[in-house]
Amino acid sequence: MTRLLSSLLAGLVFGLGLIVSGMINPAKVQNFLDITGAWDPSLALVMGAALIVTGIGYKLVLRLPHPLFDAKFQIPSLTAIDAKLLGGAAMFGLGWGLAGFCPGPAITAAALLRGEVFIFLAAMLAAIAGWRWLKP
Amino acid sequence: MDYTTEFTPVSATIGGALIGLAAVILMAGNGRIAGISGVVGGLIAPRQTGAERAWRAAFIAGLVLAPVLYMAFGPAIEVTIPASTPLLIAAGLLVGVGTQMGSGCTSGHGVCGISRLSPRGVAATLTFMASGAVAVFLVRHVF
Repeated sequence: MTRLLSSLLAGLVFGLGLIVSGMINPAKVQNFLDITGAWDPSLALVMGAALIVTGIGYKLVLRLPHPLFDAKFQIPSLTAIDAKLLGGAAMFGLGWGLAGFCPGPAITAAALLRGEVFIFLAAMLAAIAGWRWLKP
Repeated sequence: MDYTTEFTPVSATIGGALIGLAAVILMAGNGRIAGISGVVGGLIAPRQTGAERAWRAAFIAGLVLAPVLYMAFGPAIEVTIPASTPLLIAAGLLVGVGTQMGSGCTSGHGVCGISRLSPRGVAATLTFMASGAVAVFLVRHVF
């Protein structure tokens, strides 16, 4: 139960961060990426602050023998920079720029009950499900 | 249409710190990377244990709960979506396939990956920032 509450709390704080930072707003995200237009550098500070807190926090937390409510830390061990990583990232970036939504903000914005958000989410979830279920 | 937004350094920094805090909470409590595309992918993947689905569902419930809680106390949330329906569908498909193929999105690679100094996280983030800028250039200044 504590495992689920800790996860719920993490999601809640993450969502609040997306709202407060303005990352939930696709126009603001696109303005960050629009370096030749009406550039809004806010997102660089969002990432910078998130990186500082995560960097220091991970260092402290990973000194624990195991997570507070689970058996072990699950850290990705892959190090290869391959075509799958870069090709996937390139595709993701294109979609991110086209709509101004990445997965976190789109899911968080679902609570606003707007049709455009649900259209994006339906396509995204269908693609994720397709990938996960069809992959060999 | 005018989609300009103001540079908001204070709220951006506070919001970014909250995102970082959330990543630290999930690592401290559950030992997991707070990568949203991975959390979602693992939730709807086949052959997954109930316990594995449960923490993922709880995290996503937290995300969706955030605006509800925020709006109960805070100001209205500004969300402007310039994309048309066909663009939203294309973008959703690209984000869905791209994040699963590339094993991450803004949070998993951009925040958790770079903060661990993961070479994959850095490479992926530079790549999606670049292709994202290309996409915005195309929709804003070409078409």
